[in-house]
Amino acid sequence: MIAAMADKPERDGIVLTEAQKKSRRQRSVAIALALGVLVVLFFAVTMVKGPAVLVRPM
Amino acid sequence: MSVLDHNAVDINPRISEAEVGDYIALLKPRVMSLVIFTALVGMAMAPGHFHWVLAITSLLCIAVGAGASGALNMALEGDIDAKMSRTANRPIPRGRITRGEAMAFGLTLSFFSVMTLGILVNWIAGALLAFTIFFYVVIYTMGLKRWTAQNIVIGGAAGALPPVVAWAAVTGSVDVEPLLLFAIIFFWTPPHFWALALFRSDDYARAGIPMLPNVAGPDATRLQILLYTIVLIAVAAAPWALGYFDAVYGVVSLILGAGMLVLAINVYMRRTRAASLRATRKLFAFSILYLFALFATLLAEVVFRALAPMVGGA
Repeated sequence: MIAAMADKPERDGIVLTEAQKKSRRQRSVAIALALGVLVVLFFAVTMVKGPAVLVRPM
Repeated sequence: MSVLDHNAVDINPRISEAEVGDYIALLKPRVMSLVIFTALVGMAMAPGHFHWVLAITSLLCIAVGAGASGALNMALEGDIDAKMSRTANRPIPRGRITRGEAMAFGLTLSFFSVMTLGILVNWIAGALLAFTIFFYVVIYTMGLKRWTAQNIVIGGAAGALPPVVAWAAVTGSVDVEPLLLFAIIFFWTPPHFWALALFRSDDYARAGIPMLPNVAGPDATRLQILLYTIVLIAVAAAPWALGYFDAVYGVVSLILGAGMLVLAINVYMRRTRAASLRATRKLFAFSILYLFALFATLLAEVVFRALAPMVGGA
């Protein structure tokens, strides 16, 4: 059985083109930025509404 | 022996080449900018102190919610968009993004925008944003648009809700003033979209969408545009007439309304092909300026009111 498997040509799987790699990288960066914004947003609002760090009398 | 049925596995799956710009196009940025602006006015008009962090958060959530509606709309209307010259260049007809990808994108953004607004600001605003998305996607896109010539009249409610959501974000309630803003956008929608439908009637006919010019005819549409414009002028003057805004807003709204009325009469009178085309294009372009100028005047007056005590006290 092992010999039979070795006889099969090795498959490379899916190889992305340069355009696909580039667009995937772009999308990954955009998702990371969006998640970063969400984290900052939650942190900032927690400061405002929770411990009220940013809320001070004028 | 293999446990995998290789016939059942797609060995050439579609690998997306969609770029960030394609996804931004799904959000309908131009519509989004008008939504942000009208929401900003609703927020500025609302009474009481509202922390700037919460203001930015609210506007961001409303903008993302509006964008999500746009993405879901495009996911559901990929077939229609491909048939219309105005929309054939959108990411789905161009094959940049699949309908499934757009649907997943829209649903994800809808979920995050509603939950973020609800958790971080208040749940009345979150619920109103959820209702806005539901109304635009399910009631308008999936129901009214392909079913009745009154599609954009009823569906216009979705586009009119952002100032109400923004007001609710500040106050946690809904009052007469945001409902006046709602009414202005609601009655502005028919003249605006029917002007577009008149000069794009071939497009809509090809896509099989029952817009008023294709169902009732161009003449009936011209009359409806004129009638809705008259109602719009009265509704737009209401914030002044009811005493919420002073004469400056009243005069500006009437001057802008006169401009809309002249152009609507022009559309009603000119019925030959070339003249009609020019008239409807002018009305369509002016209607965008009209809404922007009207809301900018409201914003300017609110800002002036806020600054007046400081200037007077200095």
